[in-house]
Amino acid sequence: MGGALKATIIKEFWALLRDPKGRITLVLPPMIQLVIFSFAVTLDVNNVDVAVLDRSGGSASIELIQQIEASPSFDEVKLLHSMEEVRRAVETQDVIAALVIEQDFDRDIVRGQPASVGVILDGRKSNAAQIVGGYLTRIAASTGAVVSGSPLASREASAPINWFNPNLEYIWFNMPSLLVIIVSVAGLSVTAQSVAREREMGTFDQLMVSPLTVPQILIGKMIPPFCVGLFNGTVYLIVAPLVFGVPFTGSLALFYLGLSAYLLSLIGVGLFVSSLSMTQQQAFLGSFVATVPVILLSGFSSPVENMPGWLQFITYGNPARYFLELSLGQFLKDMPAADVFGLLWPLLLIATITISAAGWLFRARME
Amino acid sequence: MTGDAHHRDAVARVSGLSKNFDGAEKPALSDVSLEILTGRVTGLVGPDGAGKTTLIRILAGLMKADGGEVEVLGGKPGRDLADIGYMPQRFGLYEDLSVEQNLQLYAEMRALPREDHDETFARLLKFTDLDRFRERLAGNLSGGMKQKLGLACALVKTPRLLLLDEPGVGVDPISRRELWAMVQDLLGDGSETGQMGVLWSTAYLDEAEKCDTVYLLSEGELLFEGDPARLTGSVDDRVVRLTGFEPRRRQVLTRMLDRSDVLDGTIQGRSVRLLLQDKDALKGESGFDVTPATPRFEDGFIERLGGGPKGTSALAERYRRIEPGSGPAIEAQGLTKRFGDFTAAHDVSFSVPYGSIFGLLGPNGAGKSTTFKMLCGLLTPTDGSGAVAGHDLRTSGGEARAALGYMAQKFSLYGELSVQQNLNFFAGAYGLKGSDARAAVERVTDIFELGDRLRTDAGTLPLGFKQRLALAAAVLHEPPVLFLDEPTSGVDPVTRREFWMHINGLVEKGVAVLVTTHFMEEAEYCDEITLIYRSEQIAGGTPDELKAEAAQMADLDDPTMEDTFIAMIEASDASRQESEAA
Repeated sequence: MGGALKATIIKEFWALLRDPKGRITLVLPPMIQLVIFSFAVTLDVNNVDVAVLDRSGGSASIELIQQIEASPSFDEVKLLHSMEEVRRAVETQDVIAALVIEQDFDRDIVRGQPASVGVILDGRKSNAAQIVGGYLTRIAASTGAVVSGSPLASREASAPINWFNPNLEYIWFNMPSLLVIIVSVAGLSVTAQSVAREREMGTFDQLMVSPLTVPQILIGKMIPPFCVGLFNGTVYLIVAPLVFGVPFTGSLALFYLGLSAYLLSLIGVGLFVSSLSMTQQQAFLGSFVATVPVILLSGFSSPVENMPGWLQFITYGNPARYFLELSLGQFLKDMPAADVFGLLWPLLLIATITISAAGWLFRARME
Repeated sequence: MTGDAHHRDAVARVSGLSKNFDGAEKPALSDVSLEILTGRVTGLVGPDGAGKTTLIRILAGLMKADGGEVEVLGGKPGRDLADIGYMPQRFGLYEDLSVEQNLQLYAEMRALPREDHDETFARLLKFTDLDRFRERLAGNLSGGMKQKLGLACALVKTPRLLLLDEPGVGVDPISRRELWAMVQDLLGDGSETGQMGVLWSTAYLDEAEKCDTVYLLSEGELLFEGDPARLTGSVDDRVVRLTGFEPRRRQVLTRMLDRSDVLDGTIQGRSVRLLLQDKDALKGESGFDVTPATPRFEDGFIERLGGGPKGTSALAERYRRIEPGSGPAIEAQGLTKRFGDFTAAHDVSFSVPYGSIFGLLGPNGAGKSTTFKMLCGLLTPTDGSGAVAGHDLRTSGGEARAALGYMAQKFSLYGELSVQQNLNFFAGAYGLKGSDARAAVERVTDIFELGDRLRTDAGTLPLGFKQRLALAAAVLHEPPVLFLDEPTSGVDPVTRREFWMHINGLVEKGVAVLVTTHFMEEAEYCDEITLIYRSEQIAGGTPDELKAEAAQMADLDDPTMEDTFIAMIEASDASRQESEAA
């Protein structure tokens, strides 16, 4: 019944693409997200204000302050005159960090003894504060001082070399991860509506009384979101190196193999949610409920290794976890085929389970 | 206000009203004038899409008119909301709240003093006979009970203007009669509520006959206003019944409709009912007996619309002849469906030969839809078996599905796809390929005159065309069996006639039809009927046999199909109560 399958696929494409507004919502949000995420989601800290309380007042301390002022990361360096002022500046969030240079700083430097400065960080902004602490430590170290009170102080002496992203440019990590997120969001929202809309409109009964088989209906429903996902993935694959200068070091064939497997598993999840829903509203909420953990548990916003054990276990069921690793690997470290295949089989397993469950629900939800 | 029964005030008045919607082919309302008087039921009658809901929403202050005067309770619409009771067609109830909670919510929204709550609820629940279901969620009520609760909610604070938007839609004849009686009660008691004016909108033309005044809308225009008897009177002696003919009744109907002096015709059991151009049109002809029949409101409506369609179906003429197989076209053997510990259908058996129409009748939730769905493969029977065109539904569901054409109650094609895309899809889905598919699509396009609209979105088609498209999609593959689920609810009588003209033609070509319906008129087209009530088959036979049985049971003289239906259900209730009491 090749004709029937073809008719189904054409129908699904029309359903997705015929409405001009629908076409725009397929293409525009990923583009907007590309722009917003790539500029707004930054793991660097820029344009922050810091305070300095200089009790030493010698040439070494002035040298240190000048270096901080010269750093592009900091907007304004406020020179304060008492601990009381420092406390107020941090409390009112005027500054994110304050550097306290004690009286004996210059003396220690001159004597060749280890000199230290104190750093007060605003713990309410823990991430940014940690990063600022790191910056300050690096600057201080260059002047020969030891920063105390900073969480990074103990590691000051070591000089880490970052593999695969030598300058630790956030965009190198962000773009391959964003690709995963955009593909996920678009893929889930397109698929999650498909069966639910037909149920709500009453056309699903019409499908089920036709001689079309469940696999034919399933395949028809899978192909359009699959193509949308390939399209979105390709856009990122082109934009990331060309516009953002992120290197693509891996193999295109392996990348597309991984993307296809990921799309299958994602569409499986979407169809499962859709088959479970009786109305479009339920499907919308369902896709939202699915999208958030898919992204949060992928390892993008926080590394999987930092999660508690039981949560790490759950991430094994999250297709985005595998594809994030695969995408980063293909972009940044030329991940070898053997490693890629190690990530492929869990994706295909998830796809098989969710797609079969969706097909089963087609009927089961009608009884 | 005086107690004088003859003095009636207008609680609402509109004149020269017009309303346009963007992108619509025709205005939703054009130059409509009407008046709602106290103490009477004003009928707002017309098929779906005639503009009834638009008019009601304007009266309720939910929508602004584009032109014309609107006066509600002596002022602008939307001002005296506390004195208006409005029962919308859908979404009026909160399905996740219980019956009592719904009432409570409406009472609070309408600012009914708290000390009056208990008394009012008790009165309304008694009035609507919902007292037993206080705790039940509104979503779990039957269609008829929902409408009664909707009415109760509209009445928590006795309004001066009661707007009822199709209270009878999707409700079985018994519940419709009860609802009607309730509204009559409201007006009848002469006291406070006697000063209420009621607007009752409906697509059922038989309900129009019971209203005191009728406004008949069609495509946004007023076709008739006044006493319904006046419209019925205009066709008074031109409605006749033909009996005693030799050929099959469907052939007689087709022949009669093809005559230019016959305006309209339907099948009524073994007889054929005609509306003639002139009362002497059939004088002196032989081969049948002519007796006068009671004219109905619908006859008048059809005449105003310029008569019904002619008799020969172009679809049937170009349809293949169905060669009957050895067995019946549709067979149900002891079909039973249980959902948990609820039995939705119990031991339903019947068989439908090729070239005949079989009707499944019954109140909402009685089990007819469940039976229907088991036979077309949408539900798996818990017990028993079914077959379509000789294919067992369990073992060869695919073949069975390929042999049937299906048309659902509400329009269920792809609204966002064009007419052409819908037809192409269904041709493909039913296994037609290449030139066969193209030929089939061209054939139905031609027959149903869809040529000008091939590129239109199916969802924006006028209702009559949606109806045609749905039938076209169902017969593309020329199936030997047709499943019709309330195929013509809400459509205008001319479109309904046209639909049945095609079905009658197909049946003469050997097609078997299974139909579920609320329309008693559609039941008349059936060769055989089974009545399902409380998941059981309580009666079966030809329409004439059932009528005769009901006539005897309830001592009725020439009962209509609706009388028959009600009599049988009441008899079933009575015998059940007897056996429970014993």
